[in-house]
Amino acid sequence: MKTKTASQPTTVQAKNISGAEAVIRCLLAEGVDLVYGYPGGAIMPIYDELYKFQDQLHHVLTRHEQGATHMAQGYARTSGKVGVAMATSGPGATNLVTGIADAQIDSTPMVCITGQVASHLLGSDAFQETDIIGISTSVTKWNYQITKVSEIPSILAKAFFIARSGRPGPVLIDITKDAQFDFFDFEYVPCTGIRSYQSDFPIAQDALSQAATLINAAKKPLIVWGQGVILGEAEAAFKTFVEKTGIPAAWTILGLSALETDHPLNMGMVGMHGNYAPNLLTNECDLLIAIGMRFDDRVTGSLDTYAKQAKIIHLEIDPAEVNKNVMVDVAVLGNCKDSLEQLLPHVQPLELTAWKARFHELNAIEEEKVIQKDLYPTKEGLTMGETLRVINEHSGGDAIIVTDVGQHQMVACRYAKFNQSKSNVTSGGLGTMGFALPAAIGAKMGAPKRQVIAIIGDGGYQMTIQELGTIFQQRLDVKIVVLNNEFLGMVRQWQQLFFDKRYASTEMINPDFIAIAKAYGIAAKCVDQREELSPAIATMLNTPGPYFLEVRVEKEDNVFPMIPSGASVSDIRLE
Amino acid sequence: MEKKLYTISIYTENNVGLVNRISAIFLKRHINIRSLTTSPSEIPEVFRFVIVVKMTLEGIQKIVKQIEKQVDVIKAFYHTDEETIYVESALYKITSTALFEERQIQNIIKESQAKMVTVSPEFFVIEKTGFREETEKLYNDLKPYGLLQFVRSGRISVTKAKMGISDILNTFNATKQDEKKS
Ligand SMILES: Cc1ncc(C[n+]2csc(CCOP(=O)(O)OP(=O)(O)O)c2C)c(N)n1
Repeated sequence: MKTKTASQPTTVQAKNISGAEAVIRCLLAEGVDLVYGYPGGAIMPIYDELYKFQDQLHHVLTRHEQGATHMAQGYARTSGKVGVAMATSGPGATNLVTGIADAQIDSTPMVCITGQVASHLLGSDAFQETDIIGISTSVTKWNYQITKVSEIPSILAKAFFIARSGRPGPVLIDITKDAQFDFFDFEYVPCTGIRSYQSDFPIAQDALSQAATLINAAKKPLIVWGQGVILGEAEAAFKTFVEKTGIPAAWTILGLSALETDHPLNMGMVGMHGNYAPNLLTNECDLLIAIGMRFDDRVTGSLDTYAKQAKIIHLEIDPAEVNKNVMVDVAVLGNCKDSLEQLLPHVQPLELTAWKARFHELNAIEEEKVIQKDLYPTKEGLTMGETLRVINEHSGGDAIIVTDVGQHQMVACRYAKFNQSKSNVTSGGLGTMGFALPAAIGAKMGAPKRQVIAIIGDGGYQMTIQELGTIFQQRLDVKIVVLNNEFLGMVRQWQQLFFDKRYASTEMINPDFIAIAKAYGIAAKCVDQREELSPAIATMLNTPGPYFLEVRVEKEDNVFPMIPSGASVSDIRLE
Repeated sequence: MEKKLYTISIYTENNVGLVNRISAIFLKRHINIRSLTTSPSEIPEVFRFVIVVKMTLEGIQKIVKQIEKQVDVIKAFYHTDEETIYVESALYKITSTALFEERQIQNIIKESQAKMVTVSPEFFVIEKTGFREETEKLYNDLKPYGLLQFVRSGRISVTKAKMGISDILNTFNATKQDEKKS
């Protein structure tokens, strides 16, 4: 069984310990050294043990339980390990739900541990009792309520195995207070398999050879890759595959950074605000090779007109994703690292000069109509695009970029430069505003040596702004850039385009962000002039410790290209 | 696409909350469950769900994959009515006076091959197992005589084809053994 942790889980024994201590020992056996959480009545026994084990297990006190989940997600996304979040029962547990739903739809390995009222009180509407198992069922890969101390080791072993194996996802374990208090003889045996759960698939050779035949015969092939390449640690195999065949490749938002953005075969993003060429050519290619992606509606637009002319190959680890939205001609089930490695010897370099020229032709149109104006504006107001360009100039593409949800997210993902994988952290499937600030904290702790820059809208920033307190208390070196357009920009854009400019509740009267940052002891600056931008970003990146930069951008800019929702990828608009 | 009745058979571990998890899959897609039955299966410790839904073929294929994706689900299948042997049970409670005063009731019971389960001075209960049309016919026939209570179970069914669950479990156990040895 393949696992994705750096260190392998170990077997551990201890005589007569409490359930609470057992929980900590399970975490340690799984190689966890960092947890995010918030205490409260029903989880106090576990917090008491966290106190005793603080040398081995660092607990990060967040300012809200939602923050704990997004931190665990950010940590998981940059480290490749399972993120852990903890909360008390009742409101503590319900505050986790948004982050769990986000992790579920974006396949992020996470284990959440919640305290629960004592088992004899279950169902009595006791103080802070909520049915978190019922509430979290449809947004977890697995969940389980522990009511007996003896269950703790085997259930936590399963939790970690399930969270990280196959298509990763969130697991919630609810532990009653009596199970935390009771004593037992502890033995931890890591889980290596569950009989009702298949997490890995041997690659079907007939599917593989059918795929190879289609690839070798293709005249106009297009690769669209997703996060599966990153989650499956398939970056090297993927790059070799792209380079050997010479096939142009485009990414979904969660696939971003798996192949460096400057790679000559990297053709940019597909989907609603993706690039012109890969979207249009989706409906011209003769073969679409989908790798570790799930044909989300933001990627495909109208399914009735999506790649109908093409044969489709799907390399995918989750059987339920095959033929879910788009019917495919060949499905290769399994980890895409395995399938790509096994596919490699069977594919040949293709002659695609004319086909690639089509991309360059369309790129030139997008460059002229959109990109130049975004990156090198001649109008007075600052743009989100030029801020990203300047960040690239200073970071060289080495930073981890964490984004929230909205216009700034689309702009950042379109323009940010990446040299290495696991560098783009964003809320893709759920589109959770408030994700970026806490996720950036986790991202930094998951990759402490790397520069982490959070790019956030003025709206989303205020959804989890209290996590500045966590940055302050933990003394974390996170750079925060708020692109302030004084609007809920993306919604305003839709109102402008589809609701006759009726700006219903999208204008924001914002507080003094600089004063807020400073109140948390964070160095801060605000810029609204072009000539200030580059020096300000240089200062931010060169200042040790956290830094807050507010960039006042043009209020009513729109993000283009755009595929209106429900339209075909061919109907992509440049203005 | 045409909608049809399908019987979904699911083999699962015995976990609290699994009914919730499985019904949530239907809820999320706004699909009405016609009936749901859970019971032990032929394998110790393994449970079986039988769910009846009316859906398109494409829809049923997708939903069965979503069911099978659940960690505690060993295997899920879907079948058309032609591929299964299925029945439902119904209970009918009637006042005893009706039984003695209305000769016709006795004929109805006899013809329908229903079984008398209980007779007391106040009421009697009959049970009929069979296809939906049969339990429904009996319901319609008895209704004029005053049904005190009526209840019908969800569908239970077995398939004509082999399910092979033991094979899946044996393969898993065998690989576990191998892992231990190596
Ligand atoms: C929690 C949540 N609520 C509402 C939305 C809907 N929504 C999507 S984008 C957006 C506007 C975001 O505004 P801002 O954070 O200022 O970023 P901008 O689009 O201006 O860059 C909203 C309200 C959401 N995605 N998430």
